[in-house]
Amino acid sequence: MAPTEIPSRLEVAFRKGRPALVAYLMGGYPDRAGSLAALRAVALAGADVIELGVPYADPLADGPVIQHAAKVARARDGSFGLAETLDLAAEAATIEDMPPLVVMTYLNPMMRMGFPVVAGRAAEAGIAGFIVPDLPPDNPMAAQWMREARSRGIDTVFLAAPTSTPERLALVGERSAGFVYVVSSLGVTGERAELPAELTALVGRVRASTSLPVAVGFGVSTPQQVSNVAGIADGIIVGSALVKRQDDPVALGDFVRSLASAVQRR
Amino acid sequence: MSDVLLPSVESAYSSPDAQGFYGPYGGTFVPETVIPALAELAKAYETALNDPEFRNELGYLLRDYVGRPTPLYKAERLAEAVGLGTVYLKREDLNHTGAHKINNSLGQCLLAKRMGKHRVIAETGAGQHGVATATAAALMGLECAVFMGVEDIRRQALNVYKMRLLGSEVVPVAEGGGTLADAVTAALRHWVERVEDTFYVIGSTVGPHPYPAIVREFQSVIGEETLAQLQVKGVGHVDAVIACVGGGSNAIGMFYPFLRNLPDESRPLLVGAEAAGLGIETDKHGAALTKGTPGVMHGFYSYLLQDDAGNPLEAYSISAGLDYPGVGPEHSSLKDAGLVRYEAVTDAEALEAFALLTRTEGIIPAIESSHALAMLPRLAAELGPDAVVVVNVSGRGDKDMDIVREAGLGTD
Repeated sequence: MAPTEIPSRLEVAFRKGRPALVAYLMGGYPDRAGSLAALRAVALAGADVIELGVPYADPLADGPVIQHAAKVARARDGSFGLAETLDLAAEAATIEDMPPLVVMTYLNPMMRMGFPVVAGRAAEAGIAGFIVPDLPPDNPMAAQWMREARSRGIDTVFLAAPTSTPERLALVGERSAGFVYVVSSLGVTGERAELPAELTALVGRVRASTSLPVAVGFGVSTPQQVSNVAGIADGIIVGSALVKRQDDPVALGDFVRSLASAVQRR
Repeated sequence: MSDVLLPSVESAYSSPDAQGFYGPYGGTFVPETVIPALAELAKAYETALNDPEFRNELGYLLRDYVGRPTPLYKAERLAEAVGLGTVYLKREDLNHTGAHKINNSLGQCLLAKRMGKHRVIAETGAGQHGVATATAAALMGLECAVFMGVEDIRRQALNVYKMRLLGSEVVPVAEGGGTLADAVTAALRHWVERVEDTFYVIGSTVGPHPYPAIVREFQSVIGEETLAQLQVKGVGHVDAVIACVGGGSNAIGMFYPFLRNLPDESRPLLVGAEAAGLGIETDKHGAALTKGTPGVMHGFYSYLLQDDAGNPLEAYSISAGLDYPGVGPEHSSLKDAGLVRYEAVTDAEALEAFALLTRTEGIIPAIESSHALAMLPRLAAELGPDAVVVVNVSGRGDKDMDIVREAGLGTD
């Protein structure tokens, strides 16, 4: 396959000579204006990539913090969803020094809107990539979506799990674009007191399966954990710990600064 | 009469494909973490199916533990009351634990044991699948946790108590409307966390591949027995076969042998009855096939009740077993292909049918099964007074006493 002419903004964001901090925020939480303020605060505090979650009624892969934020966002502003999140992203993209934005959404809102429309609107909004946790890379719909996304310079990031066999890791590594998202441990998103001891080995297996940057998420919530993961991965994804502070942009900014400096100390 | 119900090898009906698709429906839409577990399950299931020892063990349990075959009973007073020539009732209500659910729970728990898993989880709506799985777990010495919505726990207190008596943990699910769909989500989330030592016993023909195919296989005993019993009774012609559809496991168990074994031209009209709740013109129903549009939920693609932004909606039915916003993927495919007709039945119609079977035959059906029975007067109008119809009475109504009492039945 011919390499794409457009350089991947995500790959560039991970190749700064140090690990990248990926900040997850929930679109429309605590309301539209609040999530825009949070995006601004996180960009200013030094996040290298921002993942923007789409509020969804049945968030299968998410723990209590993100479930709650999605519920609040859906209850306000006329049920915040994929369309509203893409609008929000378009507005956020005009903020100075806004890092690349990645949309994290479940598949059904994308199917409801239609893949060509989603990809078109996402491209207009300047979205760099999509993460769709319930769309495995070998599902026929993944191929359909990637046809739409690729032609518009949008990366699709697939997930590698602790349970993934070598064959699955090869598939995830080969089909992903931008980076590979390593799920640190079994279970849903949310803070964990400790990350599994096997994480280093898992990241090593993923690295062996891809030339893309490798980022670790699920359960990473403290500066100490961020610093530890920065020792083994190209990126660290922090979600629930930020969403918990998302209704207070000042506290959120302070916290992200502490995470960013934990990355840079490596 | 001709022997059109004799099995034939002519039928072209075969699905799913290798990736678990029934036409465009079904498939595997789940987080990467559980993909290897699904692959492992598919492999273990294939091996088990080809192992005579597995089949013998399941067959033995179905016979001596469950009490199969269940009778195919000719309900003469009911037939007369609804204006049909003959009505046969497939008596799944006579199974141990009171519904068809045990057929599948035993099959999947045997699989769990073969796979070396010592712990099973299940979701439940009305509590029938929960009780069946708790029963199978007790029988096989497996640890068991059942996820159940708080609203269903309220509606089905007796079944909750039974599960606890059987040694299972009942995990209350407060998210969403606190009903079946929320219980499935909670069970799936839990499975992602405990996938290494836990087997998820899905109760209906839903979920990611290979679950819909596994559940169909274990429930097909219903339709296979029915075909054989019709033959023994010398019934050469059947006009219609009816079953209720929530996720759709008793329906696919009844329909699949008719689809597989009979050519289109001699196959009876197959009718699935979904929950119309307070009416399909309201937003209080569970009629995914009648009113839904295709979408993805709980790991599979199928007709789904959803809003304009693609969020699954809460379903409603008087029956805790039918208030599911989705439906098994094979039913979506059968609907599109015109191989099964799906109609919706309101709470009020189901209650009326519940009362009618109780009074005419002395059989108290589950409120779910009453949705299937409610199709009889409609079919009588369409097929005429000589028609022969089979209804799957998927479960018995003991669990529904509080609901029918609240609805005012039996108080006059």
